[in-house]
Amino acid sequence: MSAPSVSELREIALTQQEYERTVEILGRTPNRLELGMLGAMWSEHCSYKTSKPLLRQLPSAGSSVVLGPGENAGVIDLGGDLLCCFKIESHNHPSAIEPVQGAATGVGGILRDVFAMGARPVALLDAIRFGDPGEPLQRHRFARVVEGIGFYGNCIGVPTVGGETYFDESYAGNCLVNAMCVGIANRHQLVRAVAAGVGNPVLLVGADTGRDGIHGATFASVQLDDSAEERRPAVQVGNPFLEKCLLEACLELCGHEALIGLQDCGAAGLTSSCAEMAHRGGVGIELDVAKVSRRELGMTPYEVMLSESQERMVLVVARGREAEVQRVFDRWQLRSDVIGSVIAAPELRILDSGQEVGALPLEVLVDGFLERHPESRRPELVDRARLEEPLLLNPPWSPEESWLRLLRSPNCADPRWIFRQYDHQVGDDTVVGPGGDAAVLRFKGRSDGIAMTVDGAHRSAALYPFVGTEMAVAEALRNLAVVGAEPLAITNCLNFGDPDQPDVMWQLTEAVGGLAEAAGALAIPVVSGNVSLYNDFRGAGIPPTAVIGMVGRVQRPGTAPGMGFRNAGELVVLLGGLGATLTGSEYQRLAHGAVTGPMPQLDLAAEAATARAVWELVDRTILSSAHDLALGGLAVTLAECCVAGGVGAKVGLPLPPPPDPLPGWAHGALFGETAGGYLLSLPKANLPILQEVCALHRVEWDVIGEVGGEMVEVSGLASISLSVASSVTGEALPSLMARP
Amino acid sequence: MAFRFGIAVFPGTWSDRDCAHAVGLTGAEAVFLWHADKELKGADCVILPGGFAHGDYLRAGAIARFAPLMEAVAEHARGGGLVLGICNGFQILCEAGLLPGALLRNRDLQFRCQDTTLLVEPTDSPFLATIASGSRLRIPISHGEGRYFADPATLAGLERGHQVALRYCSPDGDLDDAHNPNGSLSHIAGIVNEAGNVLGMMPHPERVCEPLLGSEDGLRLFGSVTTGLAAAGR
Repeated sequence: MSAPSVSELREIALTQQEYERTVEILGRTPNRLELGMLGAMWSEHCSYKTSKPLLRQLPSAGSSVVLGPGENAGVIDLGGDLLCCFKIESHNHPSAIEPVQGAATGVGGILRDVFAMGARPVALLDAIRFGDPGEPLQRHRFARVVEGIGFYGNCIGVPTVGGETYFDESYAGNCLVNAMCVGIANRHQLVRAVAAGVGNPVLLVGADTGRDGIHGATFASVQLDDSAEERRPAVQVGNPFLEKCLLEACLELCGHEALIGLQDCGAAGLTSSCAEMAHRGGVGIELDVAKVSRRELGMTPYEVMLSESQERMVLVVARGREAEVQRVFDRWQLRSDVIGSVIAAPELRILDSGQEVGALPLEVLVDGFLERHPESRRPELVDRARLEEPLLLNPPWSPEESWLRLLRSPNCADPRWIFRQYDHQVGDDTVVGPGGDAAVLRFKGRSDGIAMTVDGAHRSAALYPFVGTEMAVAEALRNLAVVGAEPLAITNCLNFGDPDQPDVMWQLTEAVGGLAEAAGALAIPVVSGNVSLYNDFRGAGIPPTAVIGMVGRVQRPGTAPGMGFRNAGELVVLLGGLGATLTGSEYQRLAHGAVTGPMPQLDLAAEAATARAVWELVDRTILSSAHDLALGGLAVTLAECCVAGGVGAKVGLPLPPPPDPLPGWAHGALFGETAGGYLLSLPKANLPILQEVCALHRVEWDVIGEVGGEMVEVSGLASISLSVASSVTGEALPSLMARP
Repeated sequence: MAFRFGIAVFPGTWSDRDCAHAVGLTGAEAVFLWHADKELKGADCVILPGGFAHGDYLRAGAIARFAPLMEAVAEHARGGGLVLGICNGFQILCEAGLLPGALLRNRDLQFRCQDTTLLVEPTDSPFLATIASGSRLRIPISHGEGRYFADPATLAGLERGHQVALRYCSPDGDLDDAHNPNGSLSHIAGIVNEAGNVLGMMPHPERVCEPLLGSEDGLRLFGSVTTGLAAAGR
């Protein structure tokens, strides 16, 4: 075969240098099929060639970790017979082009990663980001992504229990859709994605193979541009019904001794699933593409090997027991084809009706790529923006006006419009569903449960990717703490722009450093994750967006007090102090646009201590409500507690104003963010217990006010009526989405 | 012998295990009935649970009604046996002609999962025998096609025959559009057949059978079935 042209190499996302490397290490010129397989496997999406050197810093060990990164999903021990498998993954580019199917297949893919481990998926969460929803295209994308998530999750019968939605102009060209799935397995049902036993048959089960999604993995590894619409054929179409049958059939087989290994067929299709299974097992796989059931006529071996048709799984089965396994799939009316077998030679060998059409050593296919170390440089713009003091700017609106604008902002508004479209209860285990800080699920037949949350880095990460990512970890920790959960492990999805831009590489390096630092200091292992690079549109990258999924253990799932204030006369307590800054805050976004200003370091030791105090307070059931201080600062958090509980409150600041305040001082105190703080309420009689617990954990606390009345008030600074706050935040999304 | 619920499993059914868990809380026994079999395994009451049988890509319940199991269910119903269709089960009962009317896409064309309050109407049915009419039950819905519809003559017949079992209402029991989550005709959330032995309802009683999950109102409904039959001298 003659050397491929530049445009052919671009199509499979191999550089000239990488092509030359394949020729050198193979000692021959790869044919077109082999080149296609190499292109997919060496793509950023499959190989993590740019991020891998950074990801090695992440702590992945811990006493509860059963399986860390490298498998389909991370696995942690829940004690007794139960294991928890979970992972988050992006489906950003497909969702930008075809939002319903892009989001739906993102959900379908992450579900397969979890049931491939033998775990029954029990919960889904989503982190999604779009441009300004005031614009019709962004509104359309947002509405259709929500529809797609619901379409898949609702139909397959896995509850969508939580998520995070964020809007900012910087996501207008490239939306983010990150889906997380949590599954529960019995210990003896855990399955590995490993091929073993020479001569054992390899089965492909589920959907027929079509031309959809060819080069999906490479598509995910290049920038979006105006011609992206033409790539719609690279977006797959989901069939949640088929996946439901596939899920039930696979779970029936998990724990069955005839099943040796199980792997989902995701990015790079059969190529990646077979290569990875064989490589993990130190064996090879030979498969015949003619034995693969097709949806379309005339498919070439190249197309069969790179198809990303959804709802397919690859199984390795004990020789002679194919019929037992196939009976299970027959019962669920699913196709199962024996397409090949395990071989001793460590290679992926492809036949077409018995004729060899390609063969690649697995160490080349899976591990042969060169790790990349693109240049990393902090842009000068960042240095300049860091020096500007946001409090020097004159606020455009009064404190009250700002407060209402924040409550109306789709980022702070009541998210009910979104989650009422998701079945969040199926499975009968949802104790705390969406709309709170973290979701809580119980285990039937046990007294304990699990809590889970997803939290993404906020705007400050654009200037401070290290601290901004640490803050996402800390926020996840706080969200778990208020429902009484002790963190067990992290999954993460790193959404970044083009790493060949030095500023993006700097962001990625800093963000991974921040994640490693926070996870290490808080002793929460990172057990799974996904990296999504090239999130650019017309050369402009998205802000650095690390999304953290965190799972924790709850001793008694019924103890979460909720965020809403309950009873007039109860005390409002600020825990952890108010070290707020306007840098990167939602107020700064609305009032001034750009992200500017200094950023304090995050005190991770204090975060850990405060979280421990909060678990203990929740566990002792002395609180009437608990909520962490997040977007919109003290004022918005206070309003959320009041609106959720249907009762007002009057609080004061824990510190007096400075003698000569800057113009934005009041706004900074009301709407400043970043502090590791919590807003709690409790009956006066319980205060001594709070005092005792806070003293034990050395946590700062202040009684800042009282629950009651019809107003939401921060003394001396601003007050708004509860009914206005309630209708403003409740009506914001429905009225926005009712626009044509 | 314990009261036995037979819970149908079609490909795409997802509240089968939830129903089994819930009826287990009443002390009853649960057995699963596979769609391709005609066997009811001695079930006293058949539950057609929620889900998306066969994907519901055509019309909810349109394919499931042809399942071999449905022949046995229809025969069971004709003989006076109890059949409870929940959500997708209600849609299947309508498609199978065991209940009149149809379930259309929700008024605002979106899936809805939320709490609803249901007004219990006076009906002569073992499913509601131990729940006083006028009572209100707090039971969630979760569906995209739950807007009950029937032609005027059918609707008049349902009202005349006291076959409307449950209506969506406000927490205070008022019937108004704001508390009708899907635009159902006459706020209908559930109906029974003329004999009262077949109940179809869109809300999910199996989701609210424990205080930990927010309410036990669903248990009142399942309990009514088991105690009702016991009282009838079974």
